Amino acid sequence: MRKSTSGVGATHSYTRRRLGDAATYVFLTVAGIIWLIPIFWIFMESFNAFPGPYSDGFIPSHYTLRNYVQLWTDNSQLAFGQMYVRTFVVAVFTCLISTAFVLAVSYSLSRLRFSFRTKFMNIVLVLGMFPGIMVVAALYYILKTMGLTASGLPIIIGLIVVYSAGSGAGFFVMKGYMDTIPMSLDEAATLDGCTKWQIFTKIILPVARPMVVYQVITSFLSPWLDFVLAKAVTRTQNNFTVALGLWQMIQGQGWLTQWYARFAAGAVCVSVPIAILFMIMQRFYTESMSGSVKG
Amino acid sequence: MRDNNPDSPQGTAIVASSVVSSMPGSVSHEDAHDAYGFREACRHGDIWTYLSFVVLGLGNVMRGQIVKGLCWLLVEAAFIAFMIVGGVPSIVGLWHLDTGGKLVNVIQDGFSVATTTAPSYVMLLYGMASLFIVVMFVAFWWFAVRSAYRAQVLAKRNGTAPSIVEDLRDLTDRKAQNSLMSLPVLGILVFTVMPLVYMISMAFTGYGPNGNPNYVSTFGWVGLRNFKTLFSNQSGLSVNLHLFIQVAIWTLVWAFFATFLNYFLGMFIAMLINRPGIRFKGFWRSVFAMSIAVPQFVSLLVMNLMLGQSGIVNNLLMNAHWISSPLPFWSNPMWARITVIVINLWIGIPFTIMQVTGILQNIPAELYEAARVDGANAWQLFRSVTMPYMFFVMTPYLITTFVGNVNNFNVIYLLTGGGPTPTGQSAGATDLLITWIYSLSIDKGNYSMASVIGIFTFIVLAVISLVTYRSSASYKNEGGFQ
Repeated sequence: MRKSTSGVGATHSYTRRRLGDAATYVFLTVAGIIWLIPIFWIFMESFNAFPGPYSDGFIPSHYTLRNYVQLWTDNSQLAFGQMYVRTFVVAVFTCLISTAFVLAVSYSLSRLRFSFRTKFMNIVLVLGMFPGIMVVAALYYILKTMGLTASGLPIIIGLIVVYSAGSGAGFFVMKGYMDTIPMSLDEAATLDGCTKWQIFTKIILPVARPMVVYQVITSFLSPWLDFVLAKAVTRTQNNFTVALGLWQMIQGQGWLTQWYARFAAGAVCVSVPIAILFMIMQRFYTESMSGSVKG
Repeated sequence: MRDNNPDSPQGTAIVASSVVSSMPGSVSHEDAHDAYGFREACRHGDIWTYLSFVVLGLGNVMRGQIVKGLCWLLVEAAFIAFMIVGGVPSIVGLWHLDTGGKLVNVIQDGFSVATTTAPSYVMLLYGMASLFIVVMFVAFWWFAVRSAYRAQVLAKRNGTAPSIVEDLRDLTDRKAQNSLMSLPVLGILVFTVMPLVYMISMAFTGYGPNGNPNYVSTFGWVGLRNFKTLFSNQSGLSVNLHLFIQVAIWTLVWAFFATFLNYFLGMFIAMLINRPGIRFKGFWRSVFAMSIAVPQFVSLLVMNLMLGQSGIVNNLLMNAHWISSPLPFWSNPMWARITVIVINLWIGIPFTIMQVTGILQNIPAELYEAARVDGANAWQLFRSVTMPYMFFVMTPYLITTFVGNVNNFNVIYLLTGGGPTPTGQSAGATDLLITWIYSLSIDKGNYSMASVIGIFTFIVLAVISLVTYRSSASYKNEGGFQ
């Protein structure tokens, strides 16, 4: 901060700064309200006693817990509980597989030197420029040929496969992070007789822990939040993921009037794991990386 | 000052640096050259190595690498069996795709039974998959020949070729990339590259309602006809040049506004929070971060309803008598376009704030000090210090965001579904290339035209990213700000 030497100039700039601060507070408050209103509204709407949309007031006039109870127990039209559990299982396995893939690829590209290395990175970069939507329909046919679109276990395996198989291409962030870990760690470990695998599991992974946590969370969230791929792959309602279930409540023909409040309740339920994961991530970000290299 | 967000301030910089290091042209050639190359095998191989060109693994077996050699042989046997049973017929099927989905009489147990042959899209898939397996086998063959040559050289030099134990130990150390990368690469090949090849091949077929009534089950190769259709100006077609240009221009306009409005407004808010006098910085950041916790598809669906003809916004405004008829948020093309851009601000700004915050804090304080000593005011500081620095660090991020916005399916599909769509047209006013591809293929079954548009989207994206990247400061002067 600047130290003013002349008295008049100091008072002048002081008032100006206070005015600027006040204007900033006002602006941030207004912007904050704009960003919080829809979230606040979804939360309130989930307790609305009136099931349909188009109420006159902004927030409901009568409150009830019935939406949540119905959502989880009444499976006659749409089995939200099953969708929730199915999506959760898919997300957990996808998360495990794709985190392992991303870590293995990132470590190889960052630390090992082999003839295919730069070619691989350039190919992945080019592949990323093709619109992903093009592939979606083909993936459905491939899964269908493999018999992985039938209800029950097959569709769960199918979803896990399509979400996690290509995940090795998402190495850019993790590889960049590993590039910042000093090579002297590897050299010291090699001198101590570590193999490349041991360096990976015993040195790089622990040092990269905050980023691993970030990777775990994003790999969990991508199937949890996905809409497009799930829509193309699961074509009947008993295969739906939770995102499609919520979409059905709004877009299904004639569903809206009965399901609007339950949709809001479902949205709150879907947001809970995300909020928990964000809190975990915050905790890990406070960990510092200092101390891996001394001197 | 530096409080913890659920974001990765370093993440952006990392993406930036890794894209820098992986862009073609800036790659350093540090990759080791292999001494046991394929060409050396052709030139200096002995009789067993030459025989390994035909019988994979023979060279390995003769040098005592029994398990390894048998594995290679097993793969070859499996490949040959596959080719005989399914591979060759599938590949041959590619030449007469148009026989798919036809009623034919087959003799079964002495009776003539009418059955339907596999539809053309299945024949195409099988054929492409078989070609794909052939390519993979050629790669494996190349690898196995080198392996035989390596066994020959090492056996000559050391007396014996490496044993299976030594090979396995190599996999955890000197050749760790083979064990670490094979599964991920296989996943990418089968579930990203192969579907892509399959869809690209559709651009050259008649898989779509373009004058072919039975296209769902029967279609053939049509050469470049679909590309001609795209460039024709004939009206009445579901896809023509006029429509394509309209959608492409809107896609670029959308991506431009979605990227740069988000970037500047997000940076503006992040800088406001970063002001020295502002307290509770963590609180303000988490207010904006909250909106990320709500899934995008939920907030988009809610916004779609709120702004509908009889949605809550129009209701409240009409009850307050501020307007007399509902505002046409989704029914008027211009309104719809502006609305999606504005709503995208709500979605995107929190992400920008997260990404920008860390980088803003990393701007060297000396730069500001020096500028202040020279008498710069706040605007000049921003224009001459903050902006150049941010652009320098974040150009790769901006390019990836731009590409991401060109491919931003969710916002458009869930908000407007591409509409408002004039009757008889296949693309609406807010349709991006990508949502157009989706509705053409999944909804209308016009896979061939969707694939052609996909190919052009790729070309546009690749050209834009390469041109902007190569003319950017961070490419010309890597690490110049350090």
